[in-house]
Formats: sequence, C-alpha cells, structure tokens
Amino acid sequence: MPEAASGSAAAAGAICAPLLALAGVHTHIGPYHILHGVDLAVPRGGLTVLLGRNGAGKTTALRTIMGLWRASAGRIDFDGRPIAALPTSDIARAGIAYVPETMGIFSDLTVRENLVLAARQGAMDADRLRWLFGLFPAIERFWQLPAGTLSGGQKQMLSIARAIIEPRQLILVDEPTKGLAPAIIANMVAAFRELKATDTTILLVEQNFLVARALGDNVAVMEDGRIVHAGAMAELAEDRSLQQRLLGLSLDMHQ
Amino acid sequence: MNVAKANEPAPAALPARKVDWAPLVLVPLLALAALPLVGSTATWTTLTIAALAMGMMIFIMASGLTLVFGLMDVLNFGHGAFITVGAYAGLIAAVPLAGWLASDQLAVNAVALIAIILVAMAVTGLVGYAFERLIVMPVYGQHLKQILVTMGGLIVIQQLVIVLWGPVQIPLAVPQALRGAFFFGDVAIEKYRLTAVVLGLMIFVAMQLVLTRTKLGLLIRAGVENREMVEALGYRIRRLFVGVFVTGSMLAGLGGVMWGFYRETLTPGMGLEVMVMIFIVVIIGGLGSVGGCFIGALLVALTANYMSFLAPKLALGSNIILMVAILLWRAQGLFPVAKRA
Repeated sequence: MPEAASGSAAAAGAICAPLLALAGVHTHIGPYHILHGVDLAVPRGGLTVLLGRNGAGKTTALRTIMGLWRASAGRIDFDGRPIAALPTSDIARAGIAYVPETMGIFSDLTVRENLVLAARQGAMDADRLRWLFGLFPAIERFWQLPAGTLSGGQKQMLSIARAIIEPRQLILVDEPTKGLAPAIIANMVAAFRELKATDTTILLVEQNFLVARALGDNVAVMEDGRIVHAGAMAELAEDRSLQQRLLGLSLDMHQ
Repeated sequence: MNVAKANEPAPAALPARKVDWAPLVLVPLLALAALPLVGSTATWTTLTIAALAMGMMIFIMASGLTLVFGLMDVLNFGHGAFITVGAYAGLIAAVPLAGWLASDQLAVNAVALIAIILVAMAVTGLVGYAFERLIVMPVYGQHLKQILVTMGGLIVIQQLVIVLWGPVQIPLAVPQALRGAFFFGDVAIEKYRLTAVVLGLMIFVAMQLVLTRTKLGLLIRAGVENREMVEALGYRIRRLFVGVFVTGSMLAGLGGVMWGFYRETLTPGMGLEVMVMIFIVVIIGGLGSVGGCFIGALLVALTANYMSFLAPKLALGSNIILMVAILLWRAQGLFPVAKRA
C-alpha cells in the first residue's frame, strides 16, 4: 500500500546498481578490529539476509552502515552517494531506518510518542497508521501506554513500526526474532512479507535460518568480519553442503 | 511543534497508565511528620512556606543540570557558576533600575524585576553557550576530565566575577512591593517567598508541558534514555544538547537572581555554596528526571528548614542523611530514568 521510494530512478543503470554497497569496510572498536574489509551489495527491492555465527560482525556491519560506529577504512554508498562520513542523523535522513538488536525503544514515552518521533515529516499519515495497526495490532491496543510496559515481542513490533511509520528506502533490522515465541515469530514473518510487497528494501540480520529462508531473496554470510558468501537465498537453501560449510548446519537438522 | 494530530485513528480501550505515587506522597508526609515536632502551627506554616520557596529556587537552579547529565552524561560541576553569574548579571539592570525597585507600585517593581531577570538570563545563556563550546564539548564521554575541567571553569568564572564586581558582598534589596508579609491570624507568610513559590511552580508546569506535549520535549526525554536511537531516527542530538545546556544555564541564572533577592546579598561564592544541595537534589531525584528533581528539591528544602529549627547542629548533615535514606529506598533516585542497557 504505501509508496516506497524506489521507482523514481530515471536511469536504467541506477535501478540495476545496488541500493547499498559496502566496499572494503573495516571497523575498529577500541583496540578490536571487528570488520576486516566487508564487501556487500544490497540490491534494490527485496530482502537481503545477513547470516553468520555470533561474533561474526553482523551487528557491527549494521552499526557501521548507520554511522554509529565509524568505518576506519572502505566505502559505503547509499543510493549512489557516499555516506561513510555522514553523521548518523544524516544517514537516517538519507532514507535508512534502523531496528537495533536492543530495539532502542523509548520506554518512558508512550507507544504513540515513540511513533511521533519516528515520523519526521510531522503528522502521521492516517492510512499508513491503519496499515501499521493491521500489521501489529498490539500497537493500537497499547497506543497510550508507556512503551516500557510492553512485552518483548510487542517492543520489537514497535521498533519495526517506528522504522516504517514513514516510507524509507532501506531498513536495517538486527535479529528481530531473537528470544521471541514461535507464534510471534510467525506474526513477524507475515509482517515482513507484507513490507516486502511495498518495495521496501530490507537488510535483515537473522540467526534463525528458517526465518531467513522464508523471507530472504538474497543472502550474504559473514565470518570473522568478512563476507564469505553472497548470492541468491534459493541457492543456499538448496545446497546442503554449502549450508554445512558456511553455517555449520543443514536445514534438515532444524526440521 | 505540537504533537497532537487530528487524523489518528482512535485507539481501542486500554489499561490505565500507572502513576508512581510513592515519591509524590513523601513531600506532604514529611511536612505532616514535622508538624507535631515543631509544635506551633504558625511556626510550622512559616517554616514550610519558606522551605517551599527555597525548594522552588533550588529546583529552578538544578533542573538544567539534571537534563544535561541525563542527555549527554556530562557531569557539569561548573553549573554553580551560572547561578553566580545570573545573580551578578541581574545587577546590570538592578543598579540603574534601583529607583523602580524601590517604588511602592507593584507594576513598576514588576517591570524592573522582569528586566533584571531577562538580563540575567540573556547573560547566563551566552556564558552557558561559550562554556559548552570551550569547556564541555572537548571532554564528551570522559567523566574524570569533565569534573576537573568544569571545576576549573567554575573557578575561572568566579574569579572573573570578583574582577568585575569586587570581592565584597553586594546588598540587593527585595523590590518594595514584595517586602513584608501577609498575615493570616498569627501565621506570617513573606510576600517574596510566596512570589518564589508561584514563579517556581510556573516554571515547573511550563517545563512539564514542554517535555510532555511538544516534539522537542519528547526528543529530550527520548535522548535522556537513548541518545543513539534519537540520532538513528534522524535527529541531531548535539544541537538538542546545546539547546538544553543553554536553557539550563539560563534557568540557573534565573535561580541565581531569585536566590540573590532571597539572601539580599550577593557574594562571588554564592553559586558554589548551593551546589552541594543541588547535586543532592539531582541525585535523589534520579539523574535526568525533571519530576524527580522537583520532588527532590522540595524534600531537601523541607528537611533543611525543619532540621535547622529542630536541631540546628544536625542541619548541616540533614541533607546527606536524607540522600542516604532515599538511595537506600531507591538506589537510582526517586524517579529512575530508564537507560539503554
């Protein structure tokens, strides 16, 4: 339903070029060297899953894209524009929304106030809000309650709702299903499916391979701060030996 | 930037929002507990009104400090300088307007008082801006350096006040119409104290309205909790912080003027003298909480006033005892501000 800004690119070349491209990105956090030259292309539209073990650098990659940690080397281009040197607020205003692993909910503010802040253009669009309430009914139910009183799953939904209250070109989502009950995960998968239908580009960090397979169009696998595999999700989903090699698991073990 | 929007769908019925009453009840409880100890109702009323006036002034001086700490984790030990500067800057207007202050017409007094307050706030706003740029900004995120550097700033400013206005205390008379007291039977309520209470309440209400009803206020509260996320939503926290710092300095300046009139003398060390009390207020209120700061200021002032009447020898330590008691009850202060893990 909502109009994601994607179809406006005039040149055919711009459409083919990835929406987000990382080239040789290194990130240091204090004395630690976390990203060792990440090359990652996130195509326009669709959902790209970033897979990898704990500590592989997935969260660091997202935080580096958002400018919350600075890349010490390399290029980050968003929509053909370098963003690595921009402050976080400008990166957000360029059209990237971020759903952190910690959800980043303002617990002292009401659910509504959380969304008011996320809607930078001022008034929240009534149609879009109705669409959001359809995706996440809990948001409507707890509209005037402090966000801190929500359950973990509801907070996660609020965090995602905040990212999509206005159309954004790219949404970075860090492990949204972590610690959630299966029923809530199913709800979330359905919400992401619907979001995909709006042409919003999504970069999703996910540990749950079943969720990743259900949603992903493309996949990139990280290991020790590098991308070690990138391609279509369908390809990885079919190839058990590749799963075994990259992720140390095969789907059979999960089924 | 009002956030009330007409086109939102009406939400379904919801569970009631819980209010944390316990700290709010503490204030009347403390006052009532003191009544039998003080004995005389008249004395108790005078003490209580005096304490409320003092509490309001402390709140005005402390409110900026708690937000500055909450928003950027900045420990500003130099905040007391703004109190002193405010009081002295008020003199810039108070000296030429001395005739107006001495007039027995309330309106003329009020104009002079407003002029004094405006000058004081303008000067402390500018000093606050410069202080943030030169002293605080280079030490973001480094607590130890913040303490040392802002302390240094305080000393420098205090010395500048001595250079400009001299080391001796300067008398400052309360505007004519605000002198004296109202009498209700044998209860005397000083007019100036009543003015301070009204002004303090107005500022508290105004701050609450800004913090809860405007987008700017929501951003400040959100920033206190998680400044990174405020940035990730596309807002420049740095600008917000400078704004809060300058506003906090201006409020300290206003508090300084009110404090100066209350004491009826200005001394270069007056800001530093109240800083201990202000830090206690900010700590027991919950770092970053304006509501907690308000309740904390009232509690500190009531305790100080009752104790100095009941047991003058204990008065000095009474605030520390109060702080210990409250922190034993709520280690994060009366209204703990949720912080990102």
